[in-house]
Amino acid sequence: MSSNHNIALTFLVLLILLSGCGGQSFQQGQILYQNFCANCHMDDGTGLAGNIPPLVGSSLVRTQQERIPCIIRYGQEGPIEVNGQVFNNPMAAIPQLSDIEITNIINYINHSWGNDFGYVKFEAVREALKRCEK
Amino acid sequence: MSTLKKSATLSLLLLALALLLSHCRERSLPILSKTHEENGKLVYEQIPDFAFIGQDSSRVDNATFAGKAYVADFFFTSCPTICPIMTHNMLRIYDHFKDNDKLLLLSHTIDPKRDSVARLRQYAENLGVRPDKWHFVTGNKDSLYEIADDYFNIVIEDPTLPTGFDHSGRIVLVDPNRHIRAYCQGTDSLAVKAFIKDIEILLDEF
Ligand code: HEC
Repeated sequence: MSSNHNIALTFLVLLILLSGCGGQSFQQGQILYQNFCANCHMDDGTGLAGNIPPLVGSSLVRTQQERIPCIIRYGQEGPIEVNGQVFNNPMAAIPQLSDIEITNIINYINHSWGNDFGYVKFEAVREALKRCEK
Repeated sequence: MSTLKKSATLSLLLLALALLLSHCRERSLPILSKTHEENGKLVYEQIPDFAFIGQDSSRVDNATFAGKAYVADFFFTSCPTICPIMTHNMLRIYDHFKDNDKLLLLSHTIDPKRDSVARLRQYAENLGVRPDKWHFVTGNKDSLYEIADDYFNIVIEDPTLPTGFDHSGRIVLVDPNRHIRAYCQGTDSLAVKAFIKDIEILLDEF
């Protein structure tokens, strides 16, 4: 009985610690997201029906992580497919964000609104940005 | 004893009156349009005559809204700031009143140079909305900017801004007499929720 209690307590403490952790490390990403992305992709990542693609549950975000840093820095024009739907509205470049800030935004997106797309490392973002440098 | 009874009756009457009055106020929206005096009488200004072109290339003017109430806003399709959220909230209003013929929607572009009829049509089609229910209009730039003022909106072309425009994001409710009866900040989703209640009150009026 009491050992059961102890296990439950340990789990609870762990859970609180972990959730605290997550909140902390994505905090900058969240603030940047609010300032630079939420206008178009909305607070909850759902986008705007037919005109601005969603980030929550996005097939593109899930499967093409290396593309996201380039979309953020250099913008995106031309048809793009998300969850089987084609979008075609230009997204302007956001050149003022640093490599680190872009990393933090992506990690916030990857772990928000039920997304579970994993942790992206700063090195990977920097490499991706080098490859698409203009 | 009888004075006590009297005063009790009186206060009951007063209470009933107060209840009735407060009920009244909830049931009817005030007229918010600007006023001026004409022959000693107060006159509410109406939305002036206008004529624009809708997303299906048809003429959209005051007659389009005859006998209806409508909500109006100002936006442009490439707007990176407040418009997507406003349009998102307009879409909420559209969905809520989709099957109520008494209400139409009217979105004016403030960027007629880039927002051609074809572009507005594509934008509306992407949203999946009916062209006879939600009109997206373009037209003469000066006319668009001037009428914004009549809808309590401020629109300024500002080349120093990255987007080239500054505008306030009000969504405005107009009644069949072309009077403004309510408005809200189109980016504030709680305010829009209350605004939807206001629309319901107005639609019950006619
Ligand atoms: C001005 C509005 C706007 C802003 C601000 C904006 N986006 Fe976009 N975004 C778009 C549009 C429109 C597209 C679709 C582009 C196309 O059709 O080619 C898009 C596409 C995307 C895509 C690929 C498609 C998808 O949804 O998976 C990602 C990822 C993305 N944006 C992330 C971001 C991030 C992160 C930010 C903030 C740093 C941001 N966007 C800011 C409008 C915007």
